[in-house]
Amino acid sequence: MTEHETLEQRLHEQGISRRSFLKFCAAMATMMALPPSSATAIAAALSQAKRPSVIWLSFQECTGCTESLTRSHSPTLESMIFDLISLDYHHTLQAASGFAAEQARDEAMKEFHGKYLLLVDGSIPLKDGGVYSTIAGRTNLDMLQEAAAGAAAIVAVGSCAAFGGLPNAQPNPTGAVAVSDIIKDKPIINISGCPPIPAVITAVLAHYLTFGALPALDDLGRPKAFYGETIHDRCYRRPMYEQGKFAKSFDDEGARNGWCLYELGCKGPTTHNACATTKWNGGAGFPIEAGHGCLGCSEPKFWDVGSFYTPLPAPAADVTAFAQAAALAGAAAAVVLSTADRAKQRRAQRSRQKLTVSDLKGE
Amino acid sequence: MSLDDISIKVADLHSIGSVDALLNEIATRLQRFVTTGETALIDLKGLPFSPAEYEGLRTMLGRGEISARLEAIGDSELYETHYPGVWWVTHYNVEGDVIADLLEIAAVPAILHSQPEDVQDGLERLQHTLSQNK
Repeated sequence: MTEHETLEQRLHEQGISRRSFLKFCAAMATMMALPPSSATAIAAALSQAKRPSVIWLSFQECTGCTESLTRSHSPTLESMIFDLISLDYHHTLQAASGFAAEQARDEAMKEFHGKYLLLVDGSIPLKDGGVYSTIAGRTNLDMLQEAAAGAAAIVAVGSCAAFGGLPNAQPNPTGAVAVSDIIKDKPIINISGCPPIPAVITAVLAHYLTFGALPALDDLGRPKAFYGETIHDRCYRRPMYEQGKFAKSFDDEGARNGWCLYELGCKGPTTHNACATTKWNGGAGFPIEAGHGCLGCSEPKFWDVGSFYTPLPAPAADVTAFAQAAALAGAAAAVVLSTADRAKQRRAQRSRQKLTVSDLKGE
Repeated sequence: MSLDDISIKVADLHSIGSVDALLNEIATRLQRFVTTGETALIDLKGLPFSPAEYEGLRTMLGRGEISARLEAIGDSELYETHYPGVWWVTHYNVEGDVIADLLEIAAVPAILHSQPEDVQDGLERLQHTLSQNK
């Protein structure tokens, strides 16, 4: 089992300069969607942070979420795993197998009881006693309940763990449910998406590490920093929507000109996620940038709400009026987002005070 | 065959407006820096730019007299733009991926300053070397 010394001690022992550490903190601020000026406060908090134990359970899933995490660029997965967290069990990534792997999980659960973070990807099948997905002869339900009992908090990674996902699609043959349908007595953070944006997974872990608490969540348990606005709100094609410029087919003049994909079924206006700014594949782009509408994969039931190519329902009024209404709604959402802690951050910046960790926590 | 026969078009950046909006923001921050000395950071990764707009911003800001390269857990590129006091700071990780992309309004980007902890470490190393040579 690893020693849980502070990050500052480990970096100093490795000969990492303070300047390198500050650069790392600047990257962390970007990743956590915090103001870039908060890097100094992050540095102060991280210097004293201890490495939390993490147990990752994979249930009824396709391993796409793990694939996503292993393509996380900032910081690298290696540094996340070896410097920031102690990943004590992940049956896809760990070298150990069989009894040795299960033993590692048991030991971590015992040693860090009440303190470890439990990450779950995949839904949990309940039908027929849970026989449709088992690990080492035990049902997913049994394993989840045991690991959840000693967890400080649970992170449901991906739309399956967060909302039931594709296994939950009608007629739901295995009786698949989300983590939050089973566990009621622990804080649960949902990082939805199919798969979720890798940087968002690492950012939530980094937030927990930096502040010792989970970030602010929306009404579906998702971190507001990444799910607080819709794809549409942050889309670079949004001005086309405002101007009423819509592609009518995937190969018409409008599509070639990069016009709005709303009429081709884009679910951007109803989908909360950070794809439009955080982007994918090391920042290369996101679906709309590649000319395809958003599928809405971070929203509950996206798999059962009709065709990906049917436009979202709009009022009978002409689309320009609707666009204006949407713009107003966007403005209202922005006002709601300006919570007290944001105001405090701005006041601090105005009066040139240094941000503290408690400011960022919203205390 | 002329250029007009090719279906790909150069995007009209001004019709979208995001670059103009950011340039106004930079001007406001720069004015504040001139008046009060307050520095500022703008996180470009948090802004919704198309690739064409991003390149457009680079062109608009241009390059000034100074550039610097930092080698610390991967490279970092820093250069002053055509507008003195406006620095473009890009941090890469060891694999060469961009991990932070910032505009910094300051006389010198903060990360270029020697850090007191590093100076102290260096001083101890130098004193140790001198004591070995005696």
